[in-house]
Amino acid sequence: MNEPLLNVENLSVEFSTRAGSHAAVSDVSFTLCAGETLGVVGESGSGKSLTMLSLLQLLPNRAAAHATRAQLGERNLLQLTRTELDAVRGREIAIVFQDPLTALNPVLSIGRQITEVLRHHFRLDPARSRLRAIELLARVGIADPALRMTQYPHEFSGGMRQRVTIAMALAGDPKILIADEPTTALDVTVQAQIVSLVAGLLEQTGMAAIWVTHDLALLARIADRVMVMFAGRVMETATCEDLFARPEHPYTQALLANLRQAEGATTAVTADAAARGCPFAPRCPAVANICRSTAPALSRAAHGGQIACWAGRE
Amino acid sequence: MNTWERLLHTKPARRGLLMLLLVIAAALAAPLISPTSPDHLDPGARLLAPLSRSAAQPDTHHPGMLHLLGTDSVGRDTLSRLIYGSRLSLAVGFAAVLLGALIGTLLGVISGFFGGIIEAVTGWLIDVQLSFPFLLLAIFLLGALGGGKTAVICVLALATWVNYARIVRSQVLSIRNQGYVEAARAAGAGSMRIIFIHILPNTLTPLFVVASFSMAQAILTEASLSFTGLGLDPATPSWGTMLNDGRDYLLSAWWISTMPGLAIGFTVLAVLMLGEGMREVLDPKAAP
Amino acid sequence: MNAAPMFDARQLTVTFGRPTLLSRLAGRAPVVGLRAIDLTVHTGETLGLVGESGSGKSTLARGLLRLNRASSGAVLFQGREITNLEGKPLRALRRRLQMIFQDPFSSLNPRLSIGRAIAESLIIHDLARGREINERVAASLAMVGLSGQLATRMPHEFSGGQRQRICIARALCCSPQFIACDEVLSALDVSLQGQMLDLLERLKTELGLTYLFISHDLRVVRRIADRVAVMYLGRIVELAPTGAVYTHPAHPYTQALLAAVPTPDPGIERARRLVALPGEPPSPAHPPPGCAFHERCPRASARCRTELPPLADIAPGHQVACFHPS
Repeated sequence: MNEPLLNVENLSVEFSTRAGSHAAVSDVSFTLCAGETLGVVGESGSGKSLTMLSLLQLLPNRAAAHATRAQLGERNLLQLTRTELDAVRGREIAIVFQDPLTALNPVLSIGRQITEVLRHHFRLDPARSRLRAIELLARVGIADPALRMTQYPHEFSGGMRQRVTIAMALAGDPKILIADEPTTALDVTVQAQIVSLVAGLLEQTGMAAIWVTHDLALLARIADRVMVMFAGRVMETATCEDLFARPEHPYTQALLANLRQAEGATTAVTADAAARGCPFAPRCPAVANICRSTAPALSRAAHGGQIACWAGRE
Repeated sequence: MNTWERLLHTKPARRGLLMLLLVIAAALAAPLISPTSPDHLDPGARLLAPLSRSAAQPDTHHPGMLHLLGTDSVGRDTLSRLIYGSRLSLAVGFAAVLLGALIGTLLGVISGFFGGIIEAVTGWLIDVQLSFPFLLLAIFLLGALGGGKTAVICVLALATWVNYARIVRSQVLSIRNQGYVEAARAAGAGSMRIIFIHILPNTLTPLFVVASFSMAQAILTEASLSFTGLGLDPATPSWGTMLNDGRDYLLSAWWISTMPGLAIGFTVLAVLMLGEGMREVLDPKAAP
Repeated sequence: MNAAPMFDARQLTVTFGRPTLLSRLAGRAPVVGLRAIDLTVHTGETLGLVGESGSGKSTLARGLLRLNRASSGAVLFQGREITNLEGKPLRALRRRLQMIFQDPFSSLNPRLSIGRAIAESLIIHDLARGREINERVAASLAMVGLSGQLATRMPHEFSGGQRQRICIARALCCSPQFIACDEVLSALDVSLQGQMLDLLERLKTELGLTYLFISHDLRVVRRIADRVAVMYLGRIVELAPTGAVYTHPAHPYTQALLAAVPTPDPGIERARRLVALPGEPPSPAHPPPGCAFHERCPRASARCRTELPPLADIAPGHQVACFHPS
């Protein structure tokens, strides 16, 4: 097993409000190896986006991230200075966000926005960066890229804009691509196109990727491993196959049951985040007393992955 | 409303409110705290500097008194005039704001809601008003209406209605498309119900901010109008007329104009700070 | 299915933006929302309406509910023509037709208590006074599983799921016959969606309602709809009982749509060499000639590019608008 590209241990994100501090993400650990795609699934409030944003120090002012470890190779991401961060953002780790409309500057042409990335990271001269930008646009499936370069975001449809943001992410030639709900705002047929596109690009470039979504079914196609989050904590991590075939955590089981519409599968799985104890305890069919008082730490699961659950432990 | 609580927690709002309350209290308690009547003439005590004492007048049984802020050209006590003057200035300010808000909100709502020709006409009115030099308009109107309190209030309202109309109109345009407006229509609500129950109450919050800035504008404008002799009756004490009184004595008896000037500055500052605090509280981008 | 259909739309066309000389000179065309829709909604059924953005599904719901004006064609409610109804008679009709919207956060007036919001239709149509209003509001809240004591609270005190339930209570309060649900689950978490669907189904059975259920999520529509209409650029391209649509889709667009929905099974998903549907839906301002789908259709022929295929039966109860159905 090769050395992981990204190694995160005990990551937490706290918000300081007038009413005290509030942990939006607690005790999250995961690794990412070169060339693999990690899927992160969770509902709203599960902390999945915050986790990713914290790695690039993109959190809002009131939030602070802490971790025992947040290593990209040798470097600790949470402690990088501005200059060091600058060299990581876009160049080693790139992010594609959910809403392409707000991710693109409406007053700059598409070409200008892509070449900006190229000139910033590679110091290419205008001619070379223009050619490379056209290349990138063609690679993400935009027809007539030379013409499209001169156009503005509002002249593109939703799916096309997302392709542009993917092209911008690729421009830096990153080792890791983080996709934060990139298809949530798109129509389902366009979603299928984008998923195919990204899957193809990942295969070609050998990039590692983290795909964040609330739709577990989506990950069946694209993820090698899946991490399930709930109320700011990791519930289960497993290979894609294991998670869908042999889920061990009651929350994952409930999610899958909902998706597959099995008989009587309408267990309400609401995020009643309790301050102590397992956040899923109020709704868990297998709950025990210890679940309510102490949150389980991640431990090895039967399928080889990880699980945060007291049930089935010796 | 938790907005009010938040407002009191904001420093500028707290200070502004305190200052404004001070002024309002002084205005209300004028008969109690004023050293003497604002109209009391004392020809023997003309143009006395602040902190000077006027001589006693045995024949009128008028004891000499301490004039904290001096006297003006006919011997009236500046402090008393200042305190009583606050009543008129504040009253005119409030009334102008109320009238302006009423006209502006009404026009803003109907132009935003109905659109079409009403919106076009209102827009044109706003543009005309804004491009016309206000002073000219004020002179013309005050000349035609003959001056006096009511005329001044009307002119001030005219000066400020545009602020409300524009904000309310843009608010209405965005609220119009909200789900709850469509839900009300789907439930069978008519236009009147939608405007008064669903749209108007939701446009009120930015109105308070506009109102506070308008109040400041009204007080200042009243002062300028009175200073140029156009506004309120020069005999009645208001800060504006006091400014006018001292015009000829700016270098010699500077206190006659300066004191009301400071009072105006203090009040306008208070109102602006309150408005600033309100803007901070209502700004959706501010932290919760 | 009873005798008189609840709704009958005949060649219903809705266009947005009246073409003026100026706009025509500027080359701006009016946007076509619906193009000659023929649709019957039977009393007591749940009709699912699926399609992507620009398909016109929301416009169709609003067209039936007369929340917009038809440019041509007709809408009939229980046999009575309501196409050009305005003013008082239209408002009186509203108590029988209700709608629930997508965004629970903007669907409730932030300045009204939820009790007042729910009672709105009662007040407008003068269906109850005083104490009776409170009783009916409490009853509506109880029907959606919320306590009547919450009536005095304000919307911001509730979560998204609860607000959506309040909106359902609002729709039910005046005892309507028909409810259009416009993407009511889209803003909710997946785990809540199941609960909400169960609630809607239960209410339908208990109160004898008819539903028009709009969603872009095919998985959800499958669970609740009796019949499904698939829309593309303002036209209905396929209309059939739910089972038939999902197991034997005839229109190439329906097939592509179903193929694009991810299944929670890695084995199937990875084996599927997904030939994703190319391109994007054309702009409603410039619909292509002939069949709107021909630019993306694998089976498009010369005829498809010039002629508009009518919605025709290919099996009892199964209609398709295609010259080359499966």
